[in-house]
Amino acid sequence: MTICALSYDLASQRLSSTSGVDLQIGPFVFNLRLHCPDLARLLYELWRDYPLAEGAAVRDFHIQATSNPAPGRWLRRDVRFFVDGRTPFPLLPAHHHLPMLEWGLNWCIAQRSHHLLMLHAAVVERNGRAIILPAWPGHGKSTLCAALIHSGWRLLCDEFGLVRPEDGALLPLPRLIPLKNESIEVIRSFAPSAHIGPSFYGTRKGTIAHVRPPTESVERMHETARPGWFVFPRWVAGSPLRLEPMLKSEAFLMVATNAFNYEVLGQTSFELVGRMVDACDCYSLVYSDLDQAIKALDELTRAADD
Amino acid sequence: MNSPGQQMTESARQREQANALLLAALRAPESLPGLPPTDWDLLLRVARRTRLLGRLEAQLAALGALDAVPERAVNHLRSARNLVQHRHTLLTWELNRVLWALEGLDVPIVALKGVAYVLADLPAAPGRFFADLDLLVPHADIQAVESRLLERGWIKLPLSPYDDRYYRVWMHEIPPLRHRERENEIDIHHRILPRTSRFDFDPAPLFERTRPVAGSQARVLGPHDMLLHGLVHLLLEGDPQEGLRLRDLVDVADLLRHFGREPGFWDGLVPRAEQLGLGRPLYYGLRFTRRLLASEVPDPVLRAASRWAPPRPVGALMDWLLPLAILPGHPDHPTRRAALARWLLYARAHWVRMPPWLLIRHLLYKSWLRVRGVPKRAALGPEELKRM
Repeated sequence: MTICALSYDLASQRLSSTSGVDLQIGPFVFNLRLHCPDLARLLYELWRDYPLAEGAAVRDFHIQATSNPAPGRWLRRDVRFFVDGRTPFPLLPAHHHLPMLEWGLNWCIAQRSHHLLMLHAAVVERNGRAIILPAWPGHGKSTLCAALIHSGWRLLCDEFGLVRPEDGALLPLPRLIPLKNESIEVIRSFAPSAHIGPSFYGTRKGTIAHVRPPTESVERMHETARPGWFVFPRWVAGSPLRLEPMLKSEAFLMVATNAFNYEVLGQTSFELVGRMVDACDCYSLVYSDLDQAIKALDELTRAADD
Repeated sequence: MNSPGQQMTESARQREQANALLLAALRAPESLPGLPPTDWDLLLRVARRTRLLGRLEAQLAALGALDAVPERAVNHLRSARNLVQHRHTLLTWELNRVLWALEGLDVPIVALKGVAYVLADLPAAPGRFFADLDLLVPHADIQAVESRLLERGWIKLPLSPYDDRYYRVWMHEIPPLRHRERENEIDIHHRILPRTSRFDFDPAPLFERTRPVAGSQARVLGPHDMLLHGLVHLLLEGDPQEGLRLRDLVDVADLLRHFGREPGFWDGLVPRAEQLGLGRPLYYGLRFTRRLLASEVPDPVLRAASRWAPPRPVGALMDWLLPLAILPGHPDHPTRRAALARWLLYARAHWVRMPPWLLIRHLLYKSWLRVRGVPKRAALGPEELKRM
């Protein structure tokens, strides 16, 4: 049963109950309790396809978000994020509840998932093979990812490329995709069918709006994928499209330095990244026009499928 | 709806359950494979809070029992193991580099706490998380050691003049150093306790009983001294939020069990504590490792240590405060009483740490900093995520 199979009243009542709601998001089970009515309404809209993890005895994360009157400020409210009853970061103004919750989940995942290799990458899949798009902030990873998943690709993840060390499979983690500033309009006009949540102004990263993961991507979040291509994207204003093969040695170094926990896994991640880079074709992509970039990736991957 | 009274007893029951689960897991890891999955949910949370997840993993792995644990729980245990192993690699390598940098100096380098347990291959080592490299060198050599490390790539962390003075004049260690290419902190001690501490003693006898370890030039403290140092760390170095660290008590229990098998260990324990003026910490250590972790201590040792028991009212107060402060309780049902107990023990640690006039001066300065709003928590960017 998914969140949207419940009525809104029931969903929000269960979210604010003392036992909260257990949700399955990718490989993780989150126990979520909310004392923040605005956020409940938004989650009902943007998280609607996540299944309830009924009967999950062990939950990975126990999360609580509460909004309270700001200390010493009249009429202002703050929102606070708790994991296991502790709050790892400062209060944010109450109207930044959704970005805070999403960042909070990122923080939890990054801290506690060292049984997996965590690449800092978007991953999309077609016909069982995935394009891995590792990128640095500002390189346009999320924008490209949002465009790809509205052009026939399945979303595996936008932030954490989760790799299972035992078999090298990529685990889907279909979360909201945070678009920043100009990217919001770019995706609105590129993919009118994309469901984009409200804009949050004045956050630490500027204006943010979240793209809802397509229902199909969430329904298929138990299907892992094999790495097919490494593409290192970089958005450069006004640049012509350049999709160029990359030396595997260079790709290896870039993946290794870009992963969240490469050092923590030691030899395991060395071997794992080595196998992945070996199995993948590696490219660098410089683009300014989304349509061109999508078309180039389409051709690249179709050639391999044939 | 429950009445407030019922709710109180319900959260008290849950706190009891959380503490009992954790203590049972520490005392008898062999019983863990039979644990129902819902108990694993809670055990993971309290073990994480007390930084004992890695230890649970190590014990289950040694028993070959990880297969009998729910898969989702195993993921967290494995994650903790990988983090801990990474710390072990980083910090033993850091020690290797320090020893390289100090080559040619005729100075005994004694590893303390976590790194010492790893070097000496003690049962306290597997799965134990540790943050920094702690070393002990004779006071006479500290300048030579510090300047050699500064010459060879280590740097001083930026410190306010107040903090620098705090370290150099009052403390038992110099301000932390860090190699400019690595992120590990090294704390170089010249004594076990702050100079200002009521329990401060001359560290010279410690060096007489250090032991060599296989495969390293560093040495470790003798068994009695290692145990007493663990106790000093547990009882005299407070942390306002955590109060006392259960992990430190677990170290002490592990050391007692391990060294208790060495001939002469028990006979020499109380005399050594008395020689160093640490009778009272030893008394508390034996009392609480027995009560909470079921450590076995021979009767004559208990009788000898009981000479160092505090006056009865203080003893009763500690019996109430210490378990309350050191056990995690239930993460969803924190209590004011536990927070108060933690604060009181923190205040006690500070009280013992320096004479009242100095303490007042220090606390005033620190609260002034807090009023000015010195940030304490983490920010949230991807770079910060990577560092955590």
